[in-house]
Amino acid sequence: MAQVSIPDSEVDIVIGAVQSDLASFMEEWRPIFSRYHLIIVKDPDLKDELKVPGGFNVNVYTKSDIDRVVGSSSTTVLFSGYSCRYFGYLMSRKKYIISVDDDCFPARDNKGDIIDIVAQHVSNLTTPATPFFFNTLYDPYRKGADFVRGYPFSLRHGVSCALSCGLWLNLADYDAPTQALKPGHRNSRYVDAVLTVPARTMMPVSGINIGFDRELVGPALFPAMRLAAEGKLRWETVEDIWCGMCVKVVCDHMGIGVKSGLPYVWREERGDAVESLKKEWEGVKLMEEVVPFFHSLRLSKAAVSAEECVVEMAVAVEERLGPVDPVFARAADAMVNWIKLWKVAGTRSAVA
Amino acid sequence: MAVASVSPTPLLKDELDIVIPTIRNLDFLEMWRPFFQRYHLIIVQDGDPSKVIKVPEGFDYELYNRNDINRILGPKASCISFKDSACRCFGYMVSKKKYIYTIDDDCFVAKNPSGEEINALEQHIKNLLSPSTPFFYNTLYDPYREGADFVRGYPFSLREGVPTAVSHGLWLNIPDYDAPTQLVKPRERNTRYVDAVMTIPKGTLFPMCGMNLAFNRELIGPAMYFGLMGDGQPIGRYDDMWAGWCIKVICDHLGLGVKTGLPYIWHSKASNPFVNLKKEYKGIYWQEELIPFFQSATLPKDCTTVQKCYIELSKQVKAKLGKVDDYFLKLADAMVTWIEAWDELNPSEGDSAELANGVGKLTV
Repeated sequence: MAQVSIPDSEVDIVIGAVQSDLASFMEEWRPIFSRYHLIIVKDPDLKDELKVPGGFNVNVYTKSDIDRVVGSSSTTVLFSGYSCRYFGYLMSRKKYIISVDDDCFPARDNKGDIIDIVAQHVSNLTTPATPFFFNTLYDPYRKGADFVRGYPFSLRHGVSCALSCGLWLNLADYDAPTQALKPGHRNSRYVDAVLTVPARTMMPVSGINIGFDRELVGPALFPAMRLAAEGKLRWETVEDIWCGMCVKVVCDHMGIGVKSGLPYVWREERGDAVESLKKEWEGVKLMEEVVPFFHSLRLSKAAVSAEECVVEMAVAVEERLGPVDPVFARAADAMVNWIKLWKVAGTRSAVA
Repeated sequence: MAVASVSPTPLLKDELDIVIPTIRNLDFLEMWRPFFQRYHLIIVQDGDPSKVIKVPEGFDYELYNRNDINRILGPKASCISFKDSACRCFGYMVSKKKYIYTIDDDCFVAKNPSGEEINALEQHIKNLLSPSTPFFYNTLYDPYREGADFVRGYPFSLREGVPTAVSHGLWLNIPDYDAPTQLVKPRERNTRYVDAVMTIPKGTLFPMCGMNLAFNRELIGPAMYFGLMGDGQPIGRYDDMWAGWCIKVICDHLGLGVKTGLPYIWHSKASNPFVNLKKEYKGIYWQEELIPFFQSATLPKDCTTVQKCYIELSKQVKAKLGKVDDYFLKLADAMVTWIEAWDELNPSEGDSAELANGVGKLTV
């Protein structure tokens, strides 16, 4: 299949800075990132000055910028910690957003070549997804692959891909109990595949390395699920997992696709899983409550856009999960506020 | 880096049969000798029964030709295809083992990217002996593989998994394309080694290829009927597809898992695309009706065994697919004949094990 070539001007790279010194991070990514526009959002809780090397086409947003747009009372509620990147998604006006955590670096593929994650995410997003029938040779649009015998022809045109979930070598995205149990465990397996996650299949979307079509699903990626003991390490968050469950429901409802697999990033060591374990396992417990909810969630035909889907989902969260734990009631509120914010600050007509 | 000690994969040499359909010869077994020799083979000889199929020395095997099939099944032999590799399912029926591995006679030992020969059978056994995870997708693929695990966000109550009923392997070199794709891309070869095994999620259908396939016969055997193909039938090359759609609906209903991915074998022969087109032609149109049928098929709660599920499915095939073509009325009858024959040949098994509904506190 012919690869669509996308102008660089349609891509924004959004980095949520939870650490202040981005010098080595930016230098490592320079060969891949420098041709694109970057949005860096500084965690409003970070006190130190942000260090960003020159030579990039970059907009940096800090606490004062966030305060100005959303009001200072909402800043910490919505955008502290890893969730600061959502402010970048809000401010961007590009069609495609690629976002990686600031402790990730370029990885090498199984041939030893540096992986251009932007090119791979864009390729995933600009080739169709196939959520209605599983192709055993994975992404049929990749060079050297195709649909296999028995794949219905009427499903071969695929649907738009809205979300591309990349993976991680070295420190994989495990939860604290898993990493604490196997402290030396590192992911060294390079799986040379991209595949569409089938419709109505739930998945854990990790915010560490993603790409998405902002025009299609921008409003459906939001900071809503903030744990009481949420920390500055991924082990201490589930905001992206919650958001990922929501965006998968939205994609399934809208008949668009989510891919998972390539590209890989190299994730550096950070934090101590055992230390994180000492915090309450709130996130782990919450996941048990949400799975049956998301599995049975159905949106009405009236919900056509991503915004409408999120509003409907927020009502369902409030009604069905609100009574279970106050964190869900707060999440439902946050989702409603996010859509209001998106309409004011996130659409084309709004001035960044 | 700490390497966890891994217990060796059991051989299962007295619990697994290798079923091979053939019409020519079994020379390919020479390459597989180091991996297959300890296992019992069931050879199903298609085509002219008077031809003598030479089995390489040193293999323990039983061989059935058409005369044997007719003798053993009597009138029920009508459900077993002739002049099509679909006849292999007769081998599943006569086996007395817990596990089956089936492989085509043009499939050879492949090499992994490090250049080592792949023991396909060992990988299938690993796949079958470790759980599947159909209720929630794990982004790092099979969490039970050495070097992998469940990722953050994966609910703990779903980490026990469910029993694996089927292990679907893949192929390097000649890919399993349909005739139209073969005609358009005659030179395409699958050179991409994807180092993953994964569970196909519940509710998702897939095209099951019978070239390199293993399954737990006790869990799903009666549903592995490869349909009516070949001589006297309007369709060919849809035998494994048909079985794959049936087993997936049944596995989803019974809470069993289906895995796909490793192991790879080396597929050496590209069949003639023009011959294939004639065989597949009707299937290409029919599958447009078949897929929605299987996607929406539901089985009642009282179908607690594979046989009950399969008989119920055959009723639905008759009721809903009969209007697509009379062939499906014949096929529905053949599905029933198959179950009758299966139960006759496997009386002590009775119904395949009744399975508890789901594993762990969350069933979705």
